[in-house]
Amino acid sequence: MPVKVETYDRVEEAARALSASRSARFLGGGTLVMRAVNAGDQSFDTIIRLRDPDFRTIRMQGDGLVIGAGVTMAALVANRDAAFLATVARVIGGPAIRNMATVGGNLFASGNYGDLAVALLALGATVQLAGSGSRSMPIDEFLRDRDRDRHATSLVQSVTVPRPRDPAAFRFTKVSRVKPKGVSLMSIAALLPQSGGRVQGARVAYGAMGPTPLRAIAVERALEGQALDAAAIDRAAALAVEGIAPPTDALASSWYRAEVAGVHLKRLLAGERR
Amino acid sequence: MAKKPVQFRLNGSEKAVFVDDGQNLLDVLRRGVGDLTPKYGCGQGTCGTCTVLIDGEPHLSCLTLAETIDGRQVSTTAGLARGSELHPLQAAFMDGFAAQCGYCTPGMLMAASALLERNPDPSREDIVEAISGNICRCTGYEPIINAILAAAKAGGARRYG
Amino acid sequence: MSIEFRKEYFADERDDNLNEVGKPTQRQDALGHVTGRSPYFDDHLFDGLLHIRCVRSPHHHARIRRIDTSEAERMPGVVRIITGKDVPHNLNTLLSLLDFGLDDEPLLSDKKVAYKGEPVAAVVAETERAARDAVAKVRVDWEELPAVFDVEEAVKPGAPVVNEVYPKNLFVYHGRYDHQKLRYGDVEAGFRQADRIIEGRYQMSPIEQAPTETCGAIAAPETNDRYVVYTSTQALFFSLDTTSKLLKTPSNRLHFIGGTVGGGFGGKVDSLHEPMAVLGTMLTGRPCKYIFDREEEMQVGAPRGAERWYLKDGVMNDGRIVARKFVGYFDSGAYTRLSSYAIIKGVGHLPGPYTIPNVYADVYCVFTNRTPATAMRGFGITGVDFAIEAHMDKVAHEVGIDPIELRILNAYRDGDMKAHRRLAKNTALIECCQVAAEKAKWPISQAASQASSLRDGGGERGRLPAHTATDQNGLVTGFTAQSYAKKSRATQPSATPPPQMARHESAPVTPRVEQPRPQPVQPASAPPPPPAATEQRHTRFSSISGLRRR
Repeated sequence: MPVKVETYDRVEEAARALSASRSARFLGGGTLVMRAVNAGDQSFDTIIRLRDPDFRTIRMQGDGLVIGAGVTMAALVANRDAAFLATVARVIGGPAIRNMATVGGNLFASGNYGDLAVALLALGATVQLAGSGSRSMPIDEFLRDRDRDRHATSLVQSVTVPRPRDPAAFRFTKVSRVKPKGVSLMSIAALLPQSGGRVQGARVAYGAMGPTPLRAIAVERALEGQALDAAAIDRAAALAVEGIAPPTDALASSWYRAEVAGVHLKRLLAGERR
Repeated sequence: MAKKPVQFRLNGSEKAVFVDDGQNLLDVLRRGVGDLTPKYGCGQGTCGTCTVLIDGEPHLSCLTLAETIDGRQVSTTAGLARGSELHPLQAAFMDGFAAQCGYCTPGMLMAASALLERNPDPSREDIVEAISGNICRCTGYEPIINAILAAAKAGGARRYG
Repeated sequence: MSIEFRKEYFADERDDNLNEVGKPTQRQDALGHVTGRSPYFDDHLFDGLLHIRCVRSPHHHARIRRIDTSEAERMPGVVRIITGKDVPHNLNTLLSLLDFGLDDEPLLSDKKVAYKGEPVAAVVAETERAARDAVAKVRVDWEELPAVFDVEEAVKPGAPVVNEVYPKNLFVYHGRYDHQKLRYGDVEAGFRQADRIIEGRYQMSPIEQAPTETCGAIAAPETNDRYVVYTSTQALFFSLDTTSKLLKTPSNRLHFIGGTVGGGFGGKVDSLHEPMAVLGTMLTGRPCKYIFDREEEMQVGAPRGAERWYLKDGVMNDGRIVARKFVGYFDSGAYTRLSSYAIIKGVGHLPGPYTIPNVYADVYCVFTNRTPATAMRGFGITGVDFAIEAHMDKVAHEVGIDPIELRILNAYRDGDMKAHRRLAKNTALIECCQVAAEKAKWPISQAASQASSLRDGGGERGRLPAHTATDQNGLVTGFTAQSYAKKSRATQPSATPPPQMARHESAPVTPRVEQPRPQPVQPASAPPPPPAATEQRHTRFSSISGLRRR
């Protein structure tokens, strides 16, 4: 069946059209949906497109940053308020990909993609869905249910990210086979706010270590309330894959991921630049 | 199948074509308007050989839904030279043996030209970053990087069209 | 671009008064490349072009019970569906053009598939999307079969039969053996004489050539009852003749245009696209394009094959290697393609650039349920060179000798006899090692740095072994050699070896070593030349030999 394209000017209309059909996909920057079209993906026959300029804006709201789902990685890199996310957005693809790929689309990226979603998960972002079921939910919940098809018919309108008070509290690393740019063998994001020299409210997230970006709960627990010293880092790194079953794919085996996760986590926590 | 009219500027001249739903820009450029300079390499956004500029910024034409370029400006390698006068990037690629099989060359040239428009005096690192989405399998990246550096020195930012 | 000439080596062998060699020259295709106007196969536009997409096996090994194309045929935009019965001669092997090997691979399989991605039907449709949609609607009733992926598993008794033409999963060489043999001297005697035995096992995975332009071809009807074909092939006449054979069409009805290739590295010689595109055109009367997408290029496009090598060296305490034995396995994948030939080439190269008096090799071309392997940059040599050089390092480590000095000590020199019974000439391994050591600031002994390829070779080292141990291991029945090589041998008068290729007939430089005329080697104080020299000779120079089933 040939693909049909429907274009809307308002988010509500697009959300309605999307929710009305299980065989429709929303087009962000095209890096996921057009790839699927090119491959002859038989699971959808309709592309929903939105031309609302609001969909591509970034604005401050209290301590948080509200990022329209249509904002591209390049726009994120260029936005001063989003500087803490620029380090992540900059390592996603080459310039052409960054001019196309969107924040909303990244939430749906699977496999070796979706680095930004990993960062957003560590930062404790919330996801706003548009349309009649308009609501906001923690990104943890969104990602947990993403592949269970609960959101296939929901339109992500924006993502709200609390800005870290201390920019140094947020760290991100991406492990690739190809330099300078490759897809992720794994990515790790960590939010490590400190109070009185001790970590409080640690959030650590992995990409490409499961079907969706996921939190390293055991690592977070090991760090909580600790000074970020060598002993604490070693204890956390030893628990790097506790409760996690890393996948085997073309880039690495499950065994390899489990072996190196602690090494990369340790470097990230110790603030080693590589 | 429904056809949709799309109007855009290609290398400075007005184009009007009918596109299919779901058709990508690469296909429209090649088969719709006969500009064969952007190439198909993967259809996945991995190789960069289909890179074109949309409103001056590099995009992957194979992942661009054709109808979204309505009213916009598209630049390809076909628009780089002015008559028989080569763009400094083209001249530098020739002089520096930066095109062996030539298949990645149009994408490399577009990625490099976008860089030089923005940054006429790029560092080696800037160049590596600018072409990091473009895969070359036979020339090797060194001659390409050196050619872009040479073009920058020769005033590669001058814009045509 | 500057080229460094090392004038201190072989200076008298080079003529520096050349007009082009050694001087940068503008590539004649450079202008086309930088203007994007070089005509790759897909840069030819045809009105009414049809698109071909294949239905591919999701299984590594399966019998085809039934292919149901009825729903696919009714899909919008579908013009024609092609299956195996539409292919006039649906069995081929690439090297049959050189009369080497048996036809073993269909263009479109209709009985069984032996690798994942093997094509069983092709949809010809108005658009690529329509072709993809119809491919999804072709129903194949598969009976999955046990599959084998490891070369040594595949040659065990009771292993699944991958390729029915070779029921033991082994290509048959010269109509006689299930492997290619090299026998030079007596390797077992060499091992007995050695101070120590050093063994190693080396393997490499398949490597995809990954050209930026994927493989493909466009065919279109021409006037005069001909078909024009634009193709990405690296081997135009190979593709032309393969198309002619598979479609039972005289080659003068095929007008092939190629030459501009978007990267190949060996991966564009398999001639799968041209026959399919022409067949589509024959069946529809319209221009047809058949191109791999990237996923097909990676999964179905033939890679450099996997290899596994066992090496066993007999080594003296001073580092001299006196015997070297190879057992090698090439993973050909499901069909022969070029792996059988790669082995012939590889065995001719053994034991590497070293002079070793006793050499033995058994090399097997094994069929497994993996993607068929083909050419890639030095294939046949690259894998075993990796094994040899890794093993040289191991020998150096175990004997306690500097690895570069070990290589210089064992290096072949001008006038040495090689295991394939040709005298070595224009050798330069020693000088390469010396320059590499110098560039790497790697200290080597004075003796090593003063060694020369021009000295100390030949003489004793230039003689054939006094005795070569032979055997009939791996003898097979039911096959017969009836090859190009054999036929040409039959026309050779008596035991005279074929004239050697004059490499530089008009070149001003004479080789440092003249190949010996066919007269017997002069016995000096060395052991006498082998009495069975003529016995050896009839297989000496056959680089390719074929076989036919009785």
